[in-house]
Amino acid sequence: MWFNASKPDMTVQRTPHTDQVESLTIEAGRADAHYWRDLWRFRELLTFLAWRDILVRYKQTVIGVAWGLIRPLLTMLVFTIIFGTLANLPSHGVPYPVLVFSALLPWQFFANALSDSSNSLLSNAGMISKVYFPRLIVPASAIVVSLVDFAITFVLLLAVMLWYGIYPDWRMLTLPVFVLLALATSLGAGLWFAALNTKFRDFRYIVPFVVQFGLYVSPVGFSSEIVPEKWRLLYSLNPMVAVIDGFRWAVIGGSAKIYWPGFITSVLFISALLFSGIMYFRKTEKTFADVI
Amino acid sequence: MPAIKIENLSKKYVLRHETAEKYVALRDVITGGARKLIRGLRHPLGGGREAEAGSEEFWALNDVSLEIPQGERIGIIGRNGAGKSTLLKILSRITEPTRGRVTLNGRVASLLEVGTGFHPELTGRENIFLNGAILGMSKAEIRSKFDAIVDFAEVERFLDTPVKRYSSGMYVRLAFSVAAHLESDILIVDEVLAVGDAGFQKKCMGKMESVANDGRTILFVSHNMGAISELCTSAALLHKGQLLMQGAVPQVIEQYSRLTLNDQETGVQFADDERKPSSILSVNIRNARGENSNSFDIADEIVIEVSYRVKQVAAGLQLTVTLSRNMVDVLHSFDTDDDDVLPMREEGLYTATYRIPGMTLKAGSYSASVFIGTPELLIQALEHVLAFDVEEWSVNTTAKSYRRERPGLLISPGKWATRMTEEARDAAA
Repeated sequence: MWFNASKPDMTVQRTPHTDQVESLTIEAGRADAHYWRDLWRFRELLTFLAWRDILVRYKQTVIGVAWGLIRPLLTMLVFTIIFGTLANLPSHGVPYPVLVFSALLPWQFFANALSDSSNSLLSNAGMISKVYFPRLIVPASAIVVSLVDFAITFVLLLAVMLWYGIYPDWRMLTLPVFVLLALATSLGAGLWFAALNTKFRDFRYIVPFVVQFGLYVSPVGFSSEIVPEKWRLLYSLNPMVAVIDGFRWAVIGGSAKIYWPGFITSVLFISALLFSGIMYFRKTEKTFADVI
Repeated sequence: MPAIKIENLSKKYVLRHETAEKYVALRDVITGGARKLIRGLRHPLGGGREAEAGSEEFWALNDVSLEIPQGERIGIIGRNGAGKSTLLKILSRITEPTRGRVTLNGRVASLLEVGTGFHPELTGRENIFLNGAILGMSKAEIRSKFDAIVDFAEVERFLDTPVKRYSSGMYVRLAFSVAAHLESDILIVDEVLAVGDAGFQKKCMGKMESVANDGRTILFVSHNMGAISELCTSAALLHKGQLLMQGAVPQVIEQYSRLTLNDQETGVQFADDERKPSSILSVNIRNARGENSNSFDIADEIVIEVSYRVKQVAAGLQLTVTLSRNMVDVLHSFDTDDDDVLPMREEGLYTATYRIPGMTLKAGSYSASVFIGTPELLIQALEHVLAFDVEEWSVNTTAKSYRRERPGLLISPGKWATRMTEEARDAAA
């Protein structure tokens, strides 16, 4: 692994004293001009923190990776039985487990990313009160961790698809777009909750509720096409509707369709969420160390 | 161009009294807001502007201006709550000032704590990379310094052991070592040297000195005046959020000691209580020169002087002095300790002096209690009647057993001697 290299690498040694002296001004309410440059400079910290969380998780739990697989499989099973068999909902002509799993994938990513990033500032309070770095890195790294879990579950989805004899087509190539959309949703909401959580600890209780509630109002166990036409635009205000519909369209193909007016509404909403999330986070992050 | 330029720096905190907890619950904000709204409706013309009950402003730093030239090693001193940590937090960009401005010319490394972000489950190797990244080093930079860090920390054999299995000494050594290899032009250090064993602390001081000799600027906060005089070329004194003085180390330390001295009582008088067979009239605490004082160097003699009046002849009248530090009694002494038979005290005025030689009490804040009585009867008790401080001014206690933070209540009067009893021989011989 990369951290095994212990030979000094002379080519990369910094010589700061010959560099041009960098200068920094600290002032009240000063919009930090170096913020994005700092964020770039600390980009490695982002991967380090994500790497730490993954490493620690797999060192602490006995079944490790298996846990990431058992959870979605069991959920898929339960949803298939309840919505597919008992409620007998339509499934675009694909096996119901595949319909469920293709939605479970982005949903679980969103749920994990949201709850982990919301708690990330509090669980790294020690660092925040002792060291400077752009705080945005903390919730962002929590999302990277969820992205790794997502990748593992994705392999499982491919296996389930092959099991049912469904082969991905060209539309699978558009998947990164929808992953990006899921990422933006969870980062936007995660930044809001993370920042609010440092000041109002009540959000600890709100986030799990949002996640639990969201599972039922998002089209995870069923197709969004069963929602009556006149309600669909309103339904699309739930940003995860666009993400899940997009996933289904890209993964199972066939008769799955994207409802474009709703999709555009969702994308606009997600952009607003992400933008406002970053703004609010940036505005409050300088007080984190004082209140945490 | 100064390395650090601080202009009119102020930082305000709002203290909340209602709740013991630092954070706000949303529910309180909502109920508070509702209450305000109702009050506003009832008294539409007034009352809305009243100050929020239970909160109080507190200026942790108040209009501090300071210039630190390139290559200077400055020690920041002051009592607890003087604003030292707030200053460090602002300079380290952890918190934002309320007013004022700081200009830092050069790459800043700040060490407010060793081992920030260390994870017990990760190995030493993994933690070096993680901690380095948290402190702002790049992967390539950490890799290039890896050997030096491991060497300095002396943990080579345990590199692949989770740090939760490390001894606390090893843990601290590794943590300091990562930080010590951070390349910077300005180094900001909080009392991080208060950890680890004596040998390693010496090594850390050496490392800091070599950093300083490279022409880098160091800002060092410590309670240990010995360490400050040894390491720093100048000092600044903070008091109640304000900068009182900046200058040469001995002068600033002297000013600091005067500050602590003026702050507390050094002598107390008592009215003669007619009903008591004997009564204490005054208790004074003095230095070797006979001046009242309550701030002593660790090497100074401390004199406690008690005057009392005996109104009825008393057999076995005893005076007792008890010194306590952090509410733990560290020393207990009778004025009759040297007598084989308890003396008889006739009616009259007495003055008893109790001399505590230098290098007896460890650095810290002490309080003295004085009692008078006979073995059968306690006549008068003056608990915690005076307080005084012992400071590590003349001695750098970094590597000493009696350093403030170490266990033990007093400086040991015992003497050590070591001689070689057998010379090492070649195993083959």
